[in-house]
Amino acid sequence: MDTILDVRSVSKSYQSGNKKLTVLHDISFSVEAGSVVAIVGPSGSGKTTLLGLCAGLDRVSSGTIEFNKMRMDDKSEDERAFIRNRYIGFIFQNFQLIPTLTALENVMVPMELQGERHIRAQAVSLLEKVGLGDRVHHYPAQLSGGEQQRVSIARAFSTSPKILFADEPTGNLDDETSAKIVSLLYELNREAGTTLIIVTHDAELAESTQRIIRLKGGHIIADEQTHHSKPQL
Amino acid sequence: MSTDQLLLRKKTGIRWLITMAWRDSRRNRFRLLLFMSSVVLGIAALVALFSLDARVRDDINNQAKTLLGADLVIDSNQAPDSTEQRLLDTLGNQRSQECRFSSMIYFNRSSGTRLVQVLALGGNFPYYGNLETIPEDAGTTFREGQQALVDHTLMLQFDAKVGDSIQVGELTFTIAGVLTKAPGRSGLSTTIAPPVYIPYRYLQQTGLLQKGSRFTYSYYFQYDDQRTMEDQLAAIRPVLENKGLGYETVESRKKSTGRQFEDVSRFLTLIGFIALLLGCIGIAGSISVYIRGKVPAIAILRCLGAGTTQTFLIFLIQITVLGFIGALIGALLGTLAQQVLPFILKDVLPVQISTDVSWSSIAKGIGLGTVLSFLFGLLPLLSIRGISPLITLRVSVEQKPVWRNYAQVLLLAVIFLFVVLLTRMQMQNWMETTIFVSGLLVTFLLLTIVAVLLRGAVRRFFPSSLNYIWRQGFANLYRPDNQTILLIVTIGLGTMLISTLYLTQDLLMKRVSMSSGENQPNMVLFDIQSVQKDAVTRLVSQHHLPLYQDVPIVTMRIEEINGMNAAAAKEDTLSGIPSWAFGGELRVTYRDSLTGTEKLTAGELAAKAYQPGAAVYISMEERYARHIRVSIGDSILFNVQGTLIPTIVGSFREVDWAKVQTNFRVVFPAGVLEDAPQFHVLVTRVPSDKASAAFQREVVSAFPNVSIIDLGLILKVLDEVLGKIAFVIRFMSGFCIVTGLIVLIASVYVSRFQRMREAVLLRTLGASRKQLYAITALEYFFLGMLAAGTGIVLSVIASILLAKYSFDASFSPPLVPLLVVFFVISLLTVIIGMFNSRGIVNTPPLEVLRKEV
Repeated sequence: MDTILDVRSVSKSYQSGNKKLTVLHDISFSVEAGSVVAIVGPSGSGKTTLLGLCAGLDRVSSGTIEFNKMRMDDKSEDERAFIRNRYIGFIFQNFQLIPTLTALENVMVPMELQGERHIRAQAVSLLEKVGLGDRVHHYPAQLSGGEQQRVSIARAFSTSPKILFADEPTGNLDDETSAKIVSLLYELNREAGTTLIIVTHDAELAESTQRIIRLKGGHIIADEQTHHSKPQL
Repeated sequence: MSTDQLLLRKKTGIRWLITMAWRDSRRNRFRLLLFMSSVVLGIAALVALFSLDARVRDDINNQAKTLLGADLVIDSNQAPDSTEQRLLDTLGNQRSQECRFSSMIYFNRSSGTRLVQVLALGGNFPYYGNLETIPEDAGTTFREGQQALVDHTLMLQFDAKVGDSIQVGELTFTIAGVLTKAPGRSGLSTTIAPPVYIPYRYLQQTGLLQKGSRFTYSYYFQYDDQRTMEDQLAAIRPVLENKGLGYETVESRKKSTGRQFEDVSRFLTLIGFIALLLGCIGIAGSISVYIRGKVPAIAILRCLGAGTTQTFLIFLIQITVLGFIGALIGALLGTLAQQVLPFILKDVLPVQISTDVSWSSIAKGIGLGTVLSFLFGLLPLLSIRGISPLITLRVSVEQKPVWRNYAQVLLLAVIFLFVVLLTRMQMQNWMETTIFVSGLLVTFLLLTIVAVLLRGAVRRFFPSSLNYIWRQGFANLYRPDNQTILLIVTIGLGTMLISTLYLTQDLLMKRVSMSSGENQPNMVLFDIQSVQKDAVTRLVSQHHLPLYQDVPIVTMRIEEINGMNAAAAKEDTLSGIPSWAFGGELRVTYRDSLTGTEKLTAGELAAKAYQPGAAVYISMEERYARHIRVSIGDSILFNVQGTLIPTIVGSFREVDWAKVQTNFRVVFPAGVLEDAPQFHVLVTRVPSDKASAAFQREVVSAFPNVSIIDLGLILKVLDEVLGKIAFVIRFMSGFCIVTGLIVLIASVYVSRFQRMREAVLLRTLGASRKQLYAITALEYFFLGMLAAGTGIVLSVIASILLAKYSFDASFSPPLVPLLVVFFVISLLTVIIGMFNSRGIVNTPPLEVLRKEV
């Protein structure tokens, strides 16, 4: 299989007053297209920082990140925004829906950014697929947490991204809703062949993926296959 | 990649940006409109004034002839000699003449006396417009008999009715009508000198045409053909100038009226402009808080692939459209206010103002409002460019500090330039523009510095020993999302404008009334003929009144300065001597010592009486001498009613004109003018209004030509005049205060969600509703106090400076009115703050936690 993400010797440091704080040390790994990978580790281990770097939300301090054969670390913010819009999808722990847009509009935004027109039917169909066909005109504040996360999934898949980054996608949800969300996520992954990278604390969710990268203190302490040929629920 | 990207951006285009701006505004429309309401009043004030300006210009043009009442007016301050009379008799198709002077009149029914301007009118003047009277025809019919027209304020003051009689000099006139308006006269001018018209043919019989009194003769001419008038005027102009006669045409009156109005209009427009700037600062402040609330949504958009420019444009479109709507509403309100302004300004303007809609003013106002709210809104919007998509993962992501942001610095420079250019459009020159802009900048800076220092001081010296509610109230002044600086600047500036206005008015009134202290003169009797002097002095003693001054006055005019007459001075532009130096009538006294209101500043006063054959050394008031370009040792030739007297400037004096006593620009030494035709002025003090009325009645009845000014009348007139002007200024300053309050409403509203979250947390932790109300009330009370306090302190400083440098007086601020302003503004701030926050305390916690900001 082709490599979709190639992370080489990546370090990330922040300046905190006079002190330099390094949160990621010399991280290297690559991800094959279509696979489902979990990044796990305790709080402060650098999971979210790594996700931010891989998704082009932030710049590395040293090292390189290649996404889909494109260098991410030498791109300007607007160029990275373009790549995110075209090839990357996101799901967040706190859903990150735009509060002033309806569920339908939230799903339409990434497609609109690509200049697509006549996307309303496609967005409605995506919302129906995640079980929100009757809530398309509701604002985020009028939806439950699980419903908001489903809108977020519909939005993430609306542009058929090559890769989807999920930051604690079930972190704010109860067990039952979490299961439904993960099932939905895997179903869409199977249908679209989208690579999934999930940052999570949830050991059960991590075990259901094909590969687990374990982080601690900014270092990769383990990178193991789970022997699933495809994600398991 | 780059080409791809460009193609992509092109595809999304402006349509999507507008759609997003529209979508995003749906849940925030009330809040956005509230921000924009900050500019509404500023624009309303400006549109009203622009419209008024346009209307008045049109009205001056349309009513130009009625302003003058004739095609040509020639003025003289003495009766024409035979050559002049022959010349005047050749002019115009119709002629009228008028002689006006100050005199006492006596209302027979109420036994009241009052100093008025008597206008003896002959002929059919006015040829254009009317003497507006009640009854209507009285303006014409009063000329048929021994009748008078009396100004309406006088009629009210003395409770007089048409048919009553008044005594003018030695004649009694029946009041034929109440005068409501005369051509070219504003309400303000009639307050200072209320007019009384009598027929010209009775002037001689009144016995008031005494030598030495000040008379102005006006000759009104009507022409059937304008060109004839222009030709005749061109032919006689050198003669008029040579004889020191003034003249006015419809065109010149139009210009001078336009100039007077321009001054008023420019001043008011500047106040409106300040209100608009205040509103714009309010917008910048509110949008800054609004954008802070929008950071997560912007980060999501960026995360989903929206470019920096795209996210920036979405909000820029919102702000610009709302700025346009704000300006539109402002223009509408301004057009409505313009219907009221003529009523407010009616006393200041001599023309009847129409209230037609001025479309150009509306367009100007809308354009100005849109551009200014765009520029000021852009300022906080620039921070959007620094918002990182990483915020979707982490809330605390460092943003670029403002001072490093060159775009922000550039924008501030553009705003500054725009404000300078707008000010220049209102001002006459760059000097005035610089003074105004610098003043504004210094005031803003001072208010900001005070606000920052106060905020820092609260933090530094935080009263930790106080109970929780007080501590929380204080802490709200410097915590994140505080509105301290914004509110102190806007409300402070509004308060400062209002209180400076009040303090200046108070200062002027005090300056005059101070001279009414114990043993200070408070009544001046003038126009006393030499033959009457002893009798009047006796009358003063009979009433047991003290005689403070007995001053002889001789009228004269300057014939030559250093050998240069009026014509030569006009030719020699380098001399710098103004033409008015020669035409004006001077009232001069003679004595060999200084009075209590004078100080010698240069040279020596001629201490001994003049000896025949020696040079005549005169003393001049310093400022007057400077204006007519005269120095010590210069020679001046005076024309004393036909006799030429050469003099040398021997000394300069500084004079305090505010004291109620006679002061003079020129003082001759004793021994020169004793035999010249002269009249006298007596200065005395009356102990009460009753004594004043009784004394005045007796003087007027025994000596009808003697005029009286009492301090009570001066104070009353001054109070009325200042009142009328102050009302107009207060009306405009009100726009600033109300704008400040709107900014307060917007600021409180925009931060209420932030406060709501805190309130919910506090309630969860066990705070009672009463405690939450107390915290909110304290926060706004501190804010109001700081804002009002700062504004008042600055206004006191401004007034002290004004008193020292403009009025040359000492100044002690009146404590009680300032305290009233202080508490009213503070209380108003609390009321608005509490009203806007009322939902916070009552909202269920869950609803708040689920609510999106």
